[in-house]
Formats: sequence, structure tokens, C-alpha cells
Amino acid sequence: MNALQRHRALTRIWASEPGWTGWLTTVNHNDLGRMFLVAAATFFGIGGLLAMLIRAQLASPRSAFMGPEVYNQVFTMHGTIMMFLFAIPLFEGLTVYLLPKMLGTRDLAFPRLGAYGFWCYVFGGSMLVLSLLAGVAPDSGWFMYPPLSSSLGSPGINSDVWLIGITFVEISAISAAVEVVVTILRYRAPGMSLDRMPIFAWYMLVVAVMILTGFPPMILGSILLELERAFGMPFFQVAEGGDSLLWQHLFWLFGHPEVYIIFLPAAGVVSTILPVMARRTLMGYGWIVGAAVSLGVLSFGLWVHHMFTTGIPHMGLAFFSAASTLVAVPTAVQIFAWIGTLWTGRPQLRLPMLWILAFFATFVIGGLTGVMVAVVPFDWQVHDTHFVVAHLHYVLVGGFVFPMLAAIYYWLPHMTGRRRFFRLGETAFWLIVVGFHVTFLAVHWVGLLGQRRRTETYEPGQGWEIINLVSSIGGFVTAIGFGLVLVDVVVNAAVAIRGSRDPWGAGTLEWAMPTPPPAYNFASLPEVRGRDPLYDDPDLPVRIARGEGFLGTPRGNLRETLTVDVASGRAAHHVVLPGNTALPIVMALVTGGAFVGMLLKLYWLVPLAALGVIILAIRWVWTLGSRTDLGPQDVGRGLALPAAPEVEDPPGWWGTLFLLIADATLFGSLLFGYAFLWTVAPNWPPPAYLEPGALMPALAGAGALLAVLGPRVAERGLRRSGQAGAGLGLTLAGAVGAAVAAGLAIRGAADPQAHAYDATVWVLGGYVLFHAVLLALMVGVLGARAWAGFLSPLRYGELRILRLWADYGAAATVLGLAAAGLPGALT
Amino acid sequence: MSVVHPAGPAAATIATLWWVLLAGAVAIFGLVMGLLALAFRPRESTGGDRVWIVGLGLVFPLAVLGSLLAYGLVVGERLLPREAPDLVTVRAEGRQWAWSFSYADAPDRVTEGVLHIPAGRPVDVEITTVDVIHSFWVPRLAGKLDAIPGHVNRLRIEAWAPGEYAGVSSEYSGPGYREHVFTVRAHDAEGWSAFLAGGTP
Repeated sequence: MNALQRHRALTRIWASEPGWTGWLTTVNHNDLGRMFLVAAATFFGIGGLLAMLIRAQLASPRSAFMGPEVYNQVFTMHGTIMMFLFAIPLFEGLTVYLLPKMLGTRDLAFPRLGAYGFWCYVFGGSMLVLSLLAGVAPDSGWFMYPPLSSSLGSPGINSDVWLIGITFVEISAISAAVEVVVTILRYRAPGMSLDRMPIFAWYMLVVAVMILTGFPPMILGSILLELERAFGMPFFQVAEGGDSLLWQHLFWLFGHPEVYIIFLPAAGVVSTILPVMARRTLMGYGWIVGAAVSLGVLSFGLWVHHMFTTGIPHMGLAFFSAASTLVAVPTAVQIFAWIGTLWTGRPQLRLPMLWILAFFATFVIGGLTGVMVAVVPFDWQVHDTHFVVAHLHYVLVGGFVFPMLAAIYYWLPHMTGRRRFFRLGETAFWLIVVGFHVTFLAVHWVGLLGQRRRTETYEPGQGWEIINLVSSIGGFVTAIGFGLVLVDVVVNAAVAIRGSRDPWGAGTLEWAMPTPPPAYNFASLPEVRGRDPLYDDPDLPVRIARGEGFLGTPRGNLRETLTVDVASGRAAHHVVLPGNTALPIVMALVTGGAFVGMLLKLYWLVPLAALGVIILAIRWVWTLGSRTDLGPQDVGRGLALPAAPEVEDPPGWWGTLFLLIADATLFGSLLFGYAFLWTVAPNWPPPAYLEPGALMPALAGAGALLAVLGPRVAERGLRRSGQAGAGLGLTLAGAVGAAVAAGLAIRGAADPQAHAYDATVWVLGGYVLFHAVLLALMVGVLGARAWAGFLSPLRYGELRILRLWADYGAAATVLGLAAAGLPGALT
Repeated sequence: MSVVHPAGPAAATIATLWWVLLAGAVAIFGLVMGLLALAFRPRESTGGDRVWIVGLGLVFPLAVLGSLLAYGLVVGERLLPREAPDLVTVRAEGRQWAWSFSYADAPDRVTEGVLHIPAGRPVDVEITTVDVIHSFWVPRLAGKLDAIPGHVNRLRIEAWAPGEYAGVSSEYSGPGYREHVFTVRAHDAEGWSAFLAGGTP
């Protein structure tokens, strides 16, 4: 088989369907990455339009252009769109597109999950934009503080749109994070040990873990607030034992890590592009990895710096002030490692490098004003003024948008296979950078002069008029610059001349393929011996195309790839990925049905949609696995690897593990919220505690025990005699026990509207019940799969996945019901 | 409304803090930009990992941030409401979209939209709300503090001289937020006695 035949065979296997249905059924990361990027850019356009409306409104005093009702929707949606529908999906799109290529593999770990996440994002985002067109968009500010955002302050549908739409969108963040973590840990080119990974992969590993631990607190907060709004469960209402500060804690527990979740991918881009532009390798690889990890950890310790004015005791604030300033240290490590890289290299001023320089100038200012607002007394003055608005735009635009523009210009030749011919990019660069600084330096100033954020206009005579006008003009110049970037990208993608492979002289694997990239990325998977495979072996692309690597011989219709050992990068398993299917988009639509049902208060639609999701999920898992024993699979170069259905930790096990980390964080946030209300909320203790009695603890304990034992017994039975039935039965009994115990707890706290404690018991019970039902469903599906022949003494990996869920469910049952019942038992 | 035109001790301390922060930030920004610019000059390559990462990346920010943190803490402690012999206590209650003020020294007086205080004496404002979250802020006198349902927060303010000072709510609270403003009227000793005695302000 020559290179061209191999290309044709692999393209037939990996490409999306021809025609427009291809967009709806594709699961290939090349397509999904581009679709994410286009969707994110579209939302950026909408968010940018709103920004221009804001600047038009503020350009003159006593502006009659928008009244407060409209303006409040506009600024709320500007922040919401830029944060949730632009920034996160944009770097997700870049990651989805690049990561498998940089890691030397053919696709992400869970292609269908990636597609499902994408469609959830598009549908959820569309809900929000539609609400804007209908004039019922969220209007409580993008951080949605209750009571303003709750029934008291916003009786209309506006807040529900935010809570439900954003939660729907967050499915995509969580699913992308699971997929990215598992891909980085397992799906790499053989020989790529952790310390040989491209630096971008390290950054994205940190980011993905941060998403899994940072988003759940906000998802929980949204659920609680929606429960309060829809069913009167008073989590944030002070008269019934709630506390509005709980929302601020949950929101900023997400919101501050979020800033670093957005910054770190951009830093990963800088760490990737800057050394190439400086024609050397990155200075201090290990230091930078350490800095990224410590940023990830530290960012969870400073959420309270958004709450310096809420009356928390000063010594408490001091701790968070220290953490907030300390976080500048790993940032400084990176900044100086980058400058050191430039000093010791031979830097060239090409367009991506220009954007990186703009990043330096802007982000450093944003970082310095960040240190200023981390100083508590200064924050007391500038909090909620335009100074903070300017600070956050310096950080997010300087620290995210500018590096992303560098990324666009750096990888555009990769996506299009063309060289940039028209030179609009340089003009656009100067318009954006100068326009941006004019806009937001002015905004700092007017903030110091006392202009509050979120006021729709202002009176003349306070010295604000000229500053605001200058700022607005700067804003329009910036917008023209962004328009020019769009034109530049479209024109150069459509009509520029063909370029060479690896135009920048980079060393990472994404340049070891033809451009634009083929659907399968690598005709054969290379063996990696260093951090920059293309520097180590300039002929690598040719040898890959000739099929000299692994899996160079396509088989049938199989999308074949392989996984590696986490640390050493030794080739481990042979994996067959699923092909094109409409399942993800259909499932996203049905999932959307549940969210629309909640939003429009058509509650009958919710269980119906849930049933649909269950049926589709069963269909989803049914296509996985094998009904016959496969034995070791030949992957070429004389190597045979175990097939994924016949290993104890199949990809699904890893995905489950990281999904459960997010789940556990959500549960932990719930327990935190419970403890917070208990200790801080004014109207505690509640009138009465739940009386646990003897039956509920006994059922919970027995259920948990059986759930832990069941999968182990099932695995033993399967591997010894091919029979998993007894163990599955035990697991089912455990799930039923836990479900009944949870039901008793809910019944014990009869009225969830009476007090935040009762409402919390309902949520704890509901959480346990949800996991018990899920476990029971899984047992049912596994029983059916055993009957259909998917399980055998060799193929027991699915029982390991069940075991993870069962162990987690057991722990949640014991902890959750103990938290609900202990106060009553002790008093 | 300006933070950098203080009219009382707390605002003045913070204004000084701001000028220090600004000077430091400009110096550091200049240093980073200078180093960046120098990278593009024609030269022999210089500087090992240690100088850049350990020296500039670790030691330098730790030293600067450590001293800054200490400064911020001391300032913050100084601004806290502490015992004082001539302390005056007032209460500010926010609602959508008005402020009511009451006075410990004149229990039956309630004023709407105007807070009366004596000039030259420390005043503690007990801040709360009856509906959504608001924030009490008189930029020329002190920093802001939130009014949170079910909680009472205490803020120390002081005006050097008699006069009127603009105050605003500075936590977004819905459609009437922009006009959710008030005035602080600082009286001289005579005026304050007259106010407490029930005289028209």
C-alpha cells in the first residue's frame, strides 16, 4: 500500500458524511473543532455588538438611546455571552482541533461526547440569544446576585433563561473537560511520556481538571436558585433560613477559577508560539508546568476577593488578599520565562509575535491592577466602579483575546493550507491594540472619578463626559479592527496561495501532517523520542505518510487508534473509535427538551425528555464493546496490544472517573452550602429537624454495603464462571435500598418551602435518589448486555465502570443521608 | 464623587495607597516592557534560566508583594471601626431605591435620602437592607460596604469639614439603580446639636 492508497482508505474511514448532513452527524475532532471556533466567533460578534451598544449609550451624558430596562439586559448579556458563549468555547474549539494533532493521535477520546457537548452549547446559547431578541433576556448582571435575581427582584422569566440556559451550555464544558483529560492522559503517540508532552497539553490538562472542579459549584448554585424561583425552596431567602451570601460564595468559587480557566489556555498558546518565533525551545519547561499547576491550585483559594465589601471580618479578608497577591508569583514565573526565551533566542516580529507583544503590554497592566484590587482597602473604593470594569477587560482581552488572535494567525496556515497573502492583519492589529488601550485606560480613570458600573447613563458636570466620549471612540476603533480581522481571515482562507507544510519551522507534531489536515491526522502513529519530534527527525512527516509508524494499515471501516500508559507513554491498548452518527445531536435536542420544559414551566415535558435521554443513552452504549473475544490486536511494527473491551480500565472507565470528580465537587459544594447556612445564615436553627428513626439509617447502610459488594461479586462470578447475574442482583438491591432511604429522608422533611434546612434535605435526598436510580438503570443495561453476549471472562471492563458508580453512589448515600439526619438524631 | 479627592481620613488613606500602587505599577510595567524591548536588539544571547525564572520570576514578585501585602493590611486595620471617645452611630437602611437613616443619639429621627453627621468626629454607619443587596458608598469619605439582607455591616466614615458629600448605592439593584443616591451632610458642632434637638436640617 503506497501513501496515496493509504490516504484514500483512511479518509473513507475517518471523514464525515458528504453533503450538509455531514455537519450534523460528524464526530470527528477536525470538524467539531472548526464548528466550535465558528460558533464561538459568532457569539463574539453578538457580544461585541452589545459592547458597542453600551459604548454608544455611555458616549454622552443623559443619553436617551436606551432606558434602564434595555440597558440592563444588554450589559448582562454582554458579560454572559463573552464569558460563557465565547471565551470558554473558543479555547475548547482550539483544543478540540489541536490537541490530538499535538499529541500524535487520530482523535479525541470520546468523539460522540464531544459532538453532544457541541450541540448542547449551540442549543443553549441560542436559547439565550433568542431571549435577547424577545426582550426577556437576563437582566440581573452576569453574576446574578439574589435576591435581585430571585423571585423577589426578578419575577419574570429573565433569570430563568440565564440559570437554565447557562446550565445547559455547561454540559459542553464538562463533557469537553472529561474528554480532554482522558485524551491527554491516555491518547498520545507511543513514547510520549508526560515530560515529553507539548507544553500546551500540560496547560490544557490543568485547565480541564479546573473545569471539572470549578464549574460544579456554579452549576449547583444555579440549580438551587432555580429551585428557589420555581418551587419556593428558600436557599437564598434570609427570612426562611437562607442567605444571599451563599450564592456569592458558590458563584465566585466558580468565578475566580474561571478567570484562570480562560487565561491558562492562552498562556499555553503563548508558551507554544513564542519559542517558535524566538527560534529556540521554551526556557524552563519544568518551571512553567509547575507554574501552571500552582496557578490552578491557588486560583481556588481567592474567590472571596470578589466579596471584599460584603462585611467579612478583616482578618478573613487578609487571608484571601494574601492568596490573591500570591497568585501573581506563578504568573511572574511564566512572564519572565517567556522574556528569557526571547532574550536567549533570535526573535522575529511576525504577526503572531506582534499579538504576543500586545498580550504582554496589556496583560501586565491587567495583572498590576489586579494586584491593586487585591489590596483590600483599595478594593473598598473601586469595587463596582468602572475601574474594575477596566481591570477585567485588561485581563480578559489582554490575557485571552490577544493570545487567541496570535493563535488564529499562527494556526491559520494549518487549517487552510494557505499562506497569508493579503496584509490586512497588521492594520487590524494596530486598530485593535490602540483602540483597546484608549478605551479602557479611560475607563480606569472614570472609575476613579466615581462612575459606577451598570448605570445606564450619568449626569453632566462630574468630569466624566470627555473621558467617556474618548472611551467610546476607542471602542468603535477596536470594533473596526475586529471586523478587519474577520475579513482578513475569511479572505486569506478562501483565496490565498497554497503554503508549505510547517511554515513557522515549529517542532510539534501538528505540523507533521499535510495541511489542511486529513480527517485521520496521521497516516500512521509516530513513535516519539523528545519534546519536539520534528526537530529530532525532520523526515518524520514522510515516514508517517509512508505508514512506517503504528496502525499504518487501515482495516475495514475501523477508526483505529491506541492508548498509552499514563506516565511512561508506552503503547498500552488498541482502541476502535465510533464513527459518524446523528445520536449526539438527537440526544442534545432531547436534553434541550428537559431544559425548555423547566424554562416554560411545562413540567410534564421534563420526565418525558429524561426518558428520551435514557433510551438514547442505552442506544449509545449498545454500539460499544464486542460480542466476541478479540485477543491481542496487531498494531504494526511487530507489536500486538490488548483490545480496549478486554482490559480492566477501558476508556469509559477513565471518563467515568473524571466525571465523578466533577460530580463529587458538586456534592462537596452542596455540603459546603449546608454548613455555610448552618453557621452564617441568621435564622437558624430551623423549627424542627428531620427525625431519622431507625429504618432510614439501616436501609442506607445496607444499601451502600450491597452497592459496594455487588459489582465485586459480579466481576468474580464473570471471570470464574461467566456469570455476573448474582452480583448484579446484589447491586440492584443496594440501589433500591438507597433509593428508599432517600425517599424516607425527603418524606421526613415534609415542607421544603418552610426553611432552608428542609429544602437542603430535599436536595440531599434528591441527589442520593438520582444516583440510586442511575445505578439501577446501569445494572439493568449491564444485565441486558450480559445476556446479549457483551460480557465474558475476558471482557469484564464494564463491570469496573459499574463499580466506580456503585462505590460513588454508596459514599454519597452514607454521607448525604448522614448530613440530613444527624442533627435530628443528636438533638 | 472622586476617589482621588478625599474629604476625610479613610478616603485620604486610600487615596495615598492608590498613588503608591500607581507608582509601583508604572515602575514594574516599565521594567517588563524595557526587558521585552531589549530582547529584540542585535546581541549575543544572555541570561540563564536561573536569573530569569528564580530571580525575576520568584524572588522579585515575592519581595514586592510581601511588602505591599503588609502595607495593605496595616491600612485596612487602621480603617476598621474601633472604639473612640466621640463616636457617633447612625443606621442606613437601603431599599429599592431609597435610603432611610436613623440616629442612635436621636432615636425618633428618621431622614430620607440625607444622612446627617457631625464633621470632624468618627461616625459608624450600621448598614442593612430590607430587600435586595445594596452598597453604601460616599467616595470622598471612605470605601464602600454592602447592605445584605439579614446582616448588619458597620462602616467607619469621617468628614474633615462641614459640607455636603455625594453618596451612592454601588451594588447593582435593578432598573432604579442609577438614581439610588443620597447625600451626606456634615454639620459643625452647633449644626449637629441643632439637628439632634430636632431643628430642621
